This record gives sequence, structure tokens and C-alpha cells, in this order.
Amino acid sequence: MTDTQKCKEYFPDATGGASGCAVKLHGRDVNVFYDDKQVLFDVNLAIGEKMVTALIGPSGCGKSTFLRCFNRMNETISSCRVAGRVELDGFNVRDIDVVELRARVGMVFQKPNPFPKSIYENVAYGPRIHGLAGTSAELDDIVTSSLERAGLLEEVHNRMNELGTGLSGGQQQRLCIARAIAVNPEVILMDEPCSALDPIATARIEELIDDLCQNYTIVIVTHSMQQAARVSQRTVFFNLGKLVEEGDTTQIFTNPHDKQTQDYITGRFG
Amino acid sequence: MTEHIVRAFEEELVSLNEKIARMGELAERQLADAVNVLQRRDLDLAAEVIAADDQIDDSERDIEEQVIIMIVRRQPMALDLREIMAAIRISSDLERVGDLAGNIAKRVVSIGADTHPQRLLHGVDRMSKLAMKQLKDVLDAYSGRDTRKAIAVWHNDEEIDNMYISLFREFLTYVMEDPRLITPCTHLLFAAKNMERIGDHATNIAETIHYLVHGKPLIETNRKLISL
Repeated sequence: MTDTQKCKEYFPDATGGASGCAVKLHGRDVNVFYDDKQVLFDVNLAIGEKMVTALIGPSGCGKSTFLRCFNRMNETISSCRVAGRVELDGFNVRDIDVVELRARVGMVFQKPNPFPKSIYENVAYGPRIHGLAGTSAELDDIVTSSLERAGLLEEVHNRMNELGTGLSGGQQQRLCIARAIAVNPEVILMDEPCSALDPIATARIEELIDDLCQNYTIVIVTHSMQQAARVSQRTVFFNLGKLVEEGDTTQIFTNPHDKQTQDYITGRFG
Repeated sequence: MTEHIVRAFEEELVSLNEKIARMGELAERQLADAVNVLQRRDLDLAAEVIAADDQIDDSERDIEEQVIIMIVRRQPMALDLREIMAAIRISSDLERVGDLAGNIAKRVVSIGADTHPQRLLHGVDRMSKLAMKQLKDVLDAYSGRDTRKAIAVWHNDEEIDNMYISLFREFLTYVMEDPRLITPCTHLLFAAKNMERIGDHATNIAETIHYLVHGKPLIETNRKLISL
């Protein structure tokens, strides 16, 4: 089966850029438990390569938990148990070495979390431990190009040795994105990346997401309907641990098929 | 439909609907008065119809302003977005209906005291009755969110179009028979064209209602309506 056929199978309603892509990530019958409490129920979702997929839903609906299945971050929570199959390029993520997996599937969190090190070191750390640079010149190139792709180079090129934690919130978040892309990932998971940022910093991150999706598969969890509408090609709505509706972003925000989706995005929920 | 968590948003949508309903009433009255002017050659009423157009223009501006404020404040999505888009489209169609009714009244003023045979009016009367019915039906369809009724209006537009073509031929015969009828026939043909255009606006509103309710456009193929 060709990639395009795969895409047509999983995104039959996709239009524009979303219509010609392959499946990058796939959750099949995903059930997640925190101790005895089940928080995700039989979630099946295919995520297209090099496009932006937004996960939306009320707090506690399981969207961040589902996001964390893709890089096995749920394993860091002792009470959390994931059942079902989660695939990256058709391979079960459980069969992929977790260090390799997290290099291939980077993550950006709600609150920017730079290391308490220099701007340069924040970006250089990953490539260094993954052995991606043979020489310091190569490492310099990786740091520079990552900062450039994250839209931060111009603002920090003459202060590489200053602490990353000394940057503004928006700059710190872009530094975290630069840090994630420095190890050459295929997927970037973003868990409410703009919730702590002002509108200007948010616009910069959104502009960056637009650029990054040319090369990376992006999955973003957001509480902002407008942000989901602006940055994503596909949108998925979760409620009470269940995937309620997925579709082209335009369709979801103009003509959702499910009443729960309609009620949530129009503020009629609850 | 579940109500919005933000009550003020709910109230704004209700108010928007009421404004469209009021504007619809104004447009209907304006058209009915214009038809009266035409039938009775009532120049005083003609002046009133021409002046009353300002009221419809004001309504359109008021709706536009409210829509802009609602977009800024509420950033509407899904059905709410369609409600708001429908309101602005329908208000624009109703404003044009008001203009066209005013144009009909202006034609009567242009004909002035010239007398012309009553038979010239028969066809225009038939068209005006249908145009008024189309406008009334489509406004009813909007208030009831009744797509079946809206689609019926859409289909009936063909009848107005055919009436206009037939009237054109009829007037052509009259002016060939009697060149003194060129002036009144030309004015009346313009009035008929305005009725035909009012029918088109009713059709636009019918299409908007379909989009509002189903979130999908109506597509025309060989005069058959396909709901996507």
C-alpha cells in the first residue's frame, strides 16, 4: 500500500496539504489508566506526516495523556499504564529504544523549561549526547541552524554564553523548540506551548509552527480554539477520555458533525 | 440547542436575529408599498418609499456593526460563525431589496402623469405578487430555519425569471404596435427587472439559510439543486 493510499484510508475527508501525506504516528485501541482509573478509552487515531494536528478538548479529557503516549512520557509516571499499540512509522514505540524514540519524537511543554545553562549549551546538549557532531565546528553549525530554524538566532547570536533562563518567556519557548529540533527529530509534540506567552510571543511560535511543518510532523495540544484553527490542518476533539471527532480543521470549526464538538467549540459545554 | 455558557453571547445572537427579522419586515413593507405605487400611480407614496430606504440602510449598518463587535468579542465558531455570517449576508440582500423597491418607486415618478393602458400592468402585477411571496417565504424560512421552505423558494425563482422573459416579449410586441408606448413600457420593464432582481436576492437568502443550517453550500446543476 502506498503512503498516499494510506492517507486516503485514514483521512478520507482531508483536503489541501493534508490530502497527500503518509501516516506518521498511529494510536490503535489506546487505553490509558492511572492506577485503577481509566483516562483514555479505545482511542484510534492516525496522524499524518509533516502536518500539524491539533488535539482539543476540556481539561482532563485525556488529550495530553494521549500526546505523551507517542514518546512514552507516560512511563515516567509510575501509576500510569498504557494498553494498545502506538506506532511511529508503523513500528510499535515500545520496541524502539526510549532514548532513540525521544530523539525522534521531541517535546515542547506548556512552561518553557530551559536548562540552567548557556543558550549555546541548551541547544548543544542533545546533539552532543546523541553523538550527532564529530567536531566542535559541526556542533556550532547544529546550534546555529537550530536557533535559526526556531527563529531565535537573530535575537541571541551575540549572547550565546548568557543563561537560557535569562531570556523572555517567548524566547525561552523558542529556545526549547531549538533544543528539540537540534537532535533532528521527525515529530515535535507540543503541549500547550503558548499558554504562558503573550500574544506577540504566541504569534512568533505560531509562525514557527507554520515553518516547521514543512519538515516535521507536529502534534499540538491547545486550549485555544483560535490557535488550533490557525495552525493546524487536522483537529481532533476529545471528551471524557474518548475521541469524539476528528477532521479537517476547517470542517471542525465551521461545520462539526458531532453535537459534543459543536457545544465545546461554541462555548455551550457543561 | 444548548445555551452558551456566556449569557451575553446568547443575548447578542437573539438580538441579531431580531434585527434581521425587523429588517425583513421593513423590506417586505417597502416592496409592498412600491407595488402599490406602481398599481395606483401614487406619487406621494412613491416619495415615502424612496425616503424610507434610509431606514433599511441604517438597519444594515447597525447589523454590520453588531457583527463586527461579536466577531471581536466572541470569536465565533461553527454554528455561531454561520449564524453571524448568515446575518451579514442576509442584511446585505435585504438592503438591496430596499434599493430595488425604491427604484420601482422612482420609475413611477419618471412615468409621472403620462397615461398608459392598464393592460401593460397585468404582467408586472403578476411578477410583483410572486416577488412579494418569495420574499415573505424566504424570511419565514429564515425565522424557522426551514431549509425545505428555503429550497422551495430557490426553485420558484425560475418562475419569476420566465415571467420576466415573457414580459419582455410582450412589451416588445406593444412597442412595435404603438411607438407611443416606448417610454412607459421601458420604465415598466425596468420595474419588472427590479422584481426579477428581488427574486434573485430571495434566492441568495435561501442559499444562505441552507448554509446556516447544514454548513454546506447548495450547488446548482442544470437547475437541479444538489445539497452537498
